[in-house]
Amino acid sequence: MISSRSKLSLYGEKAIEWLIRICGVSAIIFVFAIFFFLFREGAPILREPGFNLWRFLTSTEWYPTSMSNVRYGTFALIAGTLSVTGVAMLIAVPFGLGAAVFVSEFCTGKLRESLKVIIELLAAIPSIVWGFIGLTVMNPLIQTVFHVQVGLNVLNAALLLALMSIPVMVSIGEDALKAVPDSYREAALALGATRWQVIYRILLPAAKNGLLAAVLLGVGRAVGETMAVLMATGHAVNVPHSIFDSVRTLTATIAAELGEASQGSPHYRVLFLIGILLFTLTFIVNLVADLVVRGINRK
Amino acid sequence: MVTPKVQVENLRLSYGPKEVIHGISFHIEPNEILGIIGPAQSGKTSLLRCINRTIEFTTNTRQTGTIRVDGEDVSQMRDVYALRRKVGMVAPLPVGLPLSIYDNVAFAPRNAGVRQRAALDEIVERCLRQAALWDEVKDRLDSLGTKLSGGQQQRLTIARALSHSPQILCLDEFSIAIDPVTTMRIEDVLKELKKEMTIILVTNLVQQARRLAARTMFLWNGEIVEIGPTSEVFSDNPKDRRTYDYVNGIFG
Amino acid sequence: MHPQSPPPVTFGETPFTRSKRRREKIAFAVFAGMVACIVIPLFLIVGYLVKEGAPLISWDFLTTNPVGGMRKGGIWSALLGTFWLVGTSLCISAPIGVLAAVYLNEYAKDNWFNRVINLAVVNLAGVPSIVHALFGLGAFVLFAHMGRSIIAASLTLAIMTMPVIIASTKESLAAVPRQFREACWNVGATRWQTIWHIVLPNSISGILTGVILQVSRTAGETAPIMFTGAVFYRKIEEGNFFAYGLADQCMALSMHLFTVTTQVTNAPHALPFAIATVLLGFVLMVNLTAILLRSWLRGRKKW
Repeated sequence: MISSRSKLSLYGEKAIEWLIRICGVSAIIFVFAIFFFLFREGAPILREPGFNLWRFLTSTEWYPTSMSNVRYGTFALIAGTLSVTGVAMLIAVPFGLGAAVFVSEFCTGKLRESLKVIIELLAAIPSIVWGFIGLTVMNPLIQTVFHVQVGLNVLNAALLLALMSIPVMVSIGEDALKAVPDSYREAALALGATRWQVIYRILLPAAKNGLLAAVLLGVGRAVGETMAVLMATGHAVNVPHSIFDSVRTLTATIAAELGEASQGSPHYRVLFLIGILLFTLTFIVNLVADLVVRGINRK
Repeated sequence: MVTPKVQVENLRLSYGPKEVIHGISFHIEPNEILGIIGPAQSGKTSLLRCINRTIEFTTNTRQTGTIRVDGEDVSQMRDVYALRRKVGMVAPLPVGLPLSIYDNVAFAPRNAGVRQRAALDEIVERCLRQAALWDEVKDRLDSLGTKLSGGQQQRLTIARALSHSPQILCLDEFSIAIDPVTTMRIEDVLKELKKEMTIILVTNLVQQARRLAARTMFLWNGEIVEIGPTSEVFSDNPKDRRTYDYVNGIFG
Repeated sequence: MHPQSPPPVTFGETPFTRSKRRREKIAFAVFAGMVACIVIPLFLIVGYLVKEGAPLISWDFLTTNPVGGMRKGGIWSALLGTFWLVGTSLCISAPIGVLAAVYLNEYAKDNWFNRVINLAVVNLAGVPSIVHALFGLGAFVLFAHMGRSIIAASLTLAIMTMPVIIASTKESLAAVPRQFREACWNVGATRWQTIWHIVLPNSISGILTGVILQVSRTAGETAPIMFTGAVFYRKIEEGNFFAYGLADQCMALSMHLFTVTTQVTNAPHALPFAIATVLLGFVLMVNLTAILLRSWLRGRKKW
């Protein structure tokens, strides 16, 4: 009785195991698939006569729809992405890590739980809503506070991106700070250090790997953001000279122009090429962050 | 000659580059209690895990040599789960599964296909009695196994090991988490059980082997220093000087 | 000559301790201030959105179609579209994602191949949403000839959410202690029996939380659906739950907000605020549910 039943269940077990294995391998298939399909649509442009990869990356002249003189220089767009991300990180890193420190070291119990919930809800706000906020709230705000003509600029998008990346930084940063053993804190306090000294001299250096990872993940989030920057940066393709200049990011360019580019045209393929650039960039940033986080967990 | 219940031939085991069992050979007679003594890190637990093939769940291990149960090479057995039901295993750390006490003991029989409530009831009661736990939990069989005390969880583990009617029972330092009185009760049960099954008793308590085992094996650093009748191993003149030293607490 | 006895020890206030305490208070204030700078504007902004949009929100608003060039009427077609997109994509990504995580945590040996899979999963989660849009366009709309459709958009969204579901499921599975598994193997249970009877029931709460969080993320995304199946406008039957077919293009709440804000001229002031409020409300409610579920189930831990 038992042996015939167990033969069936042996085969059943093998079948389930195969199903599970297929699902597991699917993940790696998808990464390659993404790269494959981006390449499939974008790579042909590299063989087109007149297309120069160097110029693609370094020229500031982006005129993809020009009838007479088509130019695909993405440097201004890269500058747009970097400037928006850079300013966003200048705001987000101190506030995000500061909030992580506050949640981890300065509060307990109900307050801590509530703050963590609020920050998690902050992370849930969709990017299109942020874009909308950028248009309707930040725009007039920047115009009045800073007395500028146009409120759709680097600063606007940077503020939005900062608010979007802060939750990531707070949660990973808090994990990193929690991982520092209490004995460090207790030893320092026993020697008479103030809370601030404990944080500044002991905790931040001890948690620096995790905090670095937190910042990197925030950067990854900011670089990849599309809708919010599409609506908040204005539509000027130029290298910004001040935070009040309008710019265009790589992500926004794809979103704005893909609709009009006809399938298979050089413009279309160039947009896919930008996609490859973005994929590679964010892949590297996330890979580094992941390795850094793994480094801490292994300790 | 009676086929030995368990026959180990030239077993070698390595964890990665480090060899922990260096080519040991021995056999176990049916219905005897074999005591295995030796200091920590001697390979006692690894040996047991080779017998019921749970060593396979550890990555990066290499094993050579043969282990036979009832004459059959265990590594060639297609149904490894039947092997694991044939060999009951009690690990040193007590583990109550996050199920009710009843379901803890009924887990293995249910997996093997036993469905009728009456049959399961009988198995649960019998095993809990044999594990000296029945009186303490008979009124709360529905409560969670994980909420029992350490000693109770260890006895629950023993009950689980008995629930699939093993022919070979391996006990790996079962008395660590149990008080001496309960340990005595279980030792009495083991003496009864040996009429039905073969028992391998790995223990740090040298005197426990002396009380229960017919033959004793002294395993040290992955090698068999001595194996023989318990009276001989514990005498003043064992085959190997190191045995005398270990048994009398001079090292270990 | 006898040594001078040391001065009596007092534990009263000294200028040093006073300044120490002041510095402590300043530190607290600075960090608390940072948190306030994040939290207060958040409340103000959300409050403003709700205040401006609330007057328009009503049952009619949710169940009637937009009319008059989307300047009047309701958001039914967008709401239903979002529902179908979220539902379809989660029906694909949740089962595959959970099983993939089961494989990675329970079956996979620790060799280079599986480490690569793990790396792939983690980094798939960081891909920008517009790149997902490009992928969906290239793979599903064009290569698989699905055209712009709900199914193409849903598959794109599924690929987007799957890595996160895999990662959070893995975390929940890994939280079940190894000794439970070993105890099961010792009594002859198979890997799957162990998973089915012990591992899954004790990690289901974490798994569920992870999946629910992806519901809100899917509902809010715009870029991945913009080029794979969502459209500015499409007229469908009101009140019919099945008004969309898998091969149809659809409207979506997130897309609708984008459309009304950037493509529709002379829209009434409150309209985009109302749409934003509905979307935000849905997202925040779902997330709050997941958070509450997580803390409730954490309290019912079995070990």
